[in-house]
Order: sequence, then structure tokens, then C-alpha cells
Amino acid sequence: MKEILWLGRGGQGAFTAAKLFGAAYITDRDGQYALSFPSFGPERRGAPVRAFTKLDTKPVLDRSQTEHADFIVVLDDTLYSPALRNLLKPEGSILVNSGSQIEGAEVYDAAAIAKELRLPTVNTVMLGIAAARSGLITAEQAVSAIRGYMPEKLHARNIEALERAGKAVQK
Amino acid sequence: MSKRFLSGNEAFAEGIRLAKPDVISAYPITPQTIVVERLSEMVEDKSLGAEFIHVESEHSALSCAIGASAAGARAFTATSSQGLLYMAECLYYASGGRFPIVMMNADRSTALPWNIYGDQRDSLSQLDSGWIQVYAENAQEALDLALMSYRIAEDSRVSTPVMVNLDGFVLTHTYETVEIPEQAQADRFLPPYETENRIDFDNPKNMAFSAGPDTNYIFKYKAHEGMLAAKQVIAEAESDFAEIFGRSYSGLLERYRTEDADYILVTLGSIAGLCRETADRLRAEGIKAGVVRLRYIRPFPHAEIADALKHAKAFAVLEKDISFGSEGTVFTNVNSALQRAGLSVRGSNYIGGLGGRNISAGDIAQIFRDLQGDPPHVNFIGIGGDGNG
Repeated sequence: MKEILWLGRGGQGAFTAAKLFGAAYITDRDGQYALSFPSFGPERRGAPVRAFTKLDTKPVLDRSQTEHADFIVVLDDTLYSPALRNLLKPEGSILVNSGSQIEGAEVYDAAAIAKELRLPTVNTVMLGIAAARSGLITAEQAVSAIRGYMPEKLHARNIEALERAGKAVQK
Repeated sequence: MSKRFLSGNEAFAEGIRLAKPDVISAYPITPQTIVVERLSEMVEDKSLGAEFIHVESEHSALSCAIGASAAGARAFTATSSQGLLYMAECLYYASGGRFPIVMMNADRSTALPWNIYGDQRDSLSQLDSGWIQVYAENAQEALDLALMSYRIAEDSRVSTPVMVNLDGFVLTHTYETVEIPEQAQADRFLPPYETENRIDFDNPKNMAFSAGPDTNYIFKYKAHEGMLAAKQVIAEAESDFAEIFGRSYSGLLERYRTEDADYILVTLGSIAGLCRETADRLRAEGIKAGVVRLRYIRPFPHAEIADALKHAKAFAVLEKDISFGSEGTVFTNVNSALQRAGLSVRGSNYIGGLGGRNISAGDIAQIFRDLQGDPPHVNFIGIGGDGNG
């Protein structure tokens, strides 16, 4: 099983990214299963939130919170802490949206891409980065998830966000 | 059939859309809110031709569903926790009037301390209200139960309302892969509701009346009989369901590796998947572990549970419930099944997940390990035995 832990602040769409990743994984594939859920509770704008995506080639039975992730995706660099490594598998990676270098993490300036595309948040940019970096879902699957699970008026800019994110990873 | 990535609440709403209820009356409460929101959107966009009635409380939500059912309509409502407790008075009117209403309950903790997270103390406190009670493990089963529950409730041998329980958040708010059947399949499985138990101006009769000491007990016996008849009707409905939809269910309970198991964990709801995974892991270590998932708690599968446990050295019941001063209610029921069958199997009760507390794979493995010794009767995960033997 592959597990992704998403960290963001209320309103940043971390759970939406977790959900889209899971939806993408099951798109156009038989025998692939996903589970996505937020850290449960009242939702407050700005408060730290966690979300989880679990992927497997058999139905995912374990609904408990991820203890050791393959990827930790951080939407807001103020939520980064070296202690996150305790929640990572030994071969796992931490992907952070940040304009500055962070030791122990891979940094992508998702905010700059989002700003250029006039997107209010970085969630689909980080979705694209996690997709390209992990190889767990294809670019086509990620696009299908946006088309299938986001309102139509948001499709174009968010699909562009995925493409820009893919290029950022290739650099 | 289409494959979608949906939460438990959303999957249940899809199942209700396929069941085509005539009337939906509901009052929102976390973590049930989304099922009601989705249904109101479906009514708004006309993909569901139901009358959606906004009410001012849960007591009114069920009263309204009872009125609709008495008019011969297929009715739906949904609630959770304090909402279920607030409508408790009406639960008995619905079952006593033999109105085959379907209700989704998002299982949630009961106050005080106030808490919005999942446990099963709300629904299990209402086992005596005369409703069939079923617990889903995942979103697909939730959708399928939305359809199946109308078929069971409306069968004239049963005529009993059904409460479908989804663990709050862990099931209601978790997204997973769900197959949505075609409407034509649903229509084949679930015929339109027809009943004589309704207000009919051409054939007026007394409904929802009083019954004194001379006849009251007969109505109660008939309600008991209807509930017991549900066992057979559930089996028939699942057999037809498998034929039409290609997915099968195992009746009142589901057994996993129990045939040769020394130690069996009996549980219900969404935690069962992790219990099965843990049983597999322990078997690799040489501990013969098995799992029973109770699907229906009313009617209760006395014979089936006794059959599953008869060769075990010991069993445990893991439930998100405690009847203060006694034990978990599911444990009481399981012990009653063993007593009826004349079996003496050592059993312990594990109370976990109260107020939404996480139950880990480690907690479940520890239960199986405890069973190899002689654990106390009642154990609170994270605390220990209750000091009462």
C-alpha cells in the first residue's frame, strides 16, 4: 500500500488534493483502490489540517490515520518541521511548497505557479507535483479527476496548474 | 454501472436516489449533514422526483416520514446522535405502526461530554425500539443497503422500519471506490411500494389506534414476528441482489477465517476491515485468529453467532459502546446467543473508539494476544479492565 499525508491550513484545499489523488488513482484502472479522508472535526479557516490518501491494488481495509507515509505533501511551509520525518517511511520524501530551500525536504515554488495562474490556492499545483514526483498516477488520470470532481468553471486553470507542476518536477 | 470516488454519505445518497423515495424529511446534524445536502441537490436538479420537506427538528423529521408512510409513500429520513435520541419517541410510533421507513443514522457519540465524533452509543441505545438495525462496513455496502433496506422493510412479511448505521466520519466522511448501479437494475430489484397499511378514502380504516390490555400484547407479538421474518427476507433480498448487481452479502453476519480459529473477535461496522487484516497478520505468527462482523443487530443472529463461535477457545466482542454498570450491549447479546445454544465459550468485552478515539491495528492485535490468557470481562482500550472480574 502507498500512503500520502497532506498538510495544509483550513481553506487551502489539502483534503481536495487528497481526494483528487485518490479519484485519479482509480480512474481508468481496474483493480486499483483508494481511500481518502481528512483529519476529522470542525473545519476552521487557517487552522492546520491533515488529509490522507491510501492506494492499493486490493480494497483498502485500514481506515486509521497514516503512521508512515511514502510522501508527505506540505501546502504551507510554516507547517514543515523536521519531526515530520517520524511520519515517513525510510525511503519516503517530503514535498514542500516554499520559496526557500529546506534541508531534508524537496522544495517547489507552487505559490509562484498558482499566482501566475491566478489560482487562490496551491492545492492542485501540489497535486501535480505529487503526481509527477511519485509516478503513482499519470497526468491523464489527474486531469480526469479534475474534470470528474471539480466544478466545470475551475477545470481550465487547474488543469494548467497540473501541467506547470509536471514541468517544475522535470527541471 | 459507473465507478465513482465517493464518501459514505454520498454513496448512501446515491443509493437512496436509486430507491426513488416519494418523501424525504430531515434535519441536518454532523456527521449526517452531507447525505441530506446531496439529496436536496438531487431533488433540486430533478434527478430525484421526491418531495423534500425541511423540518425544524428530528422529532418532526420522523413524524413527517411516518405521516408520509401512512399515506402510502416511500419515506426517508436521516439523523445522528442527539438527533436520534430526540426522535426516540417517534421511533416506536414508526415501528408500532408498521411503517417501512428507512433511516440512515451516522453513528456518533452521545453527550455529555459533548462530542461530534463517531461511536455506536446512539443507535445501540435504541435496540428495543422495534427497528431493524444494520451496520455498514464501507461505502459500497452503504449504497447497497440503501436499496436493500427498502426491499426488506416493505416486504409484507416484515413491515418494519430499517435503520442503516454508518460509523460517523470514518465511514460517512471517507472517500472510496463505489460502483453505482444503473437505475434499470435498481428498478428490477426494488418494485414500487404498495401497501394496504395506508390512508385510503375508498376503503377507510382505523390506523395508529390505541389497544388496551386485552389486545395490546398481540400487536407486540406480531411486531416481534415481523422482525423475525426479516431473517428470511434478508436472505431472499441478498440472493436477488447478487443476481442483479453481481455483489453478494453474507446475511446477518460475516465470518472470516472462523472455521479453524482458536480466538475470534466479534465486531460491527467500519473497524471490521482492520480486524480482518490483523487476523491475517497474527495467523502468520501462528495465532489462529478469526473475525465475525455482525451486520444485523436486530434481528439478532443467535444461531449464526453460536455456530461461528462453537469451536473457539475464546472470543472477544469489540464495540464502540458501553452500558454503564454492566458491559457493552453487543457483548450481552452475543452471550445470550451462546446461552441459548448451550455453549460455554470464554468471552471478554473490549470497549473502544468512544468519542471517535482511534482503534489501531496494535490495539486489535493486543485483544487477540489477551485472549490467549484470561482477560477481565470488560476492558476499556487505553485504560484496562473495569475491576469487576
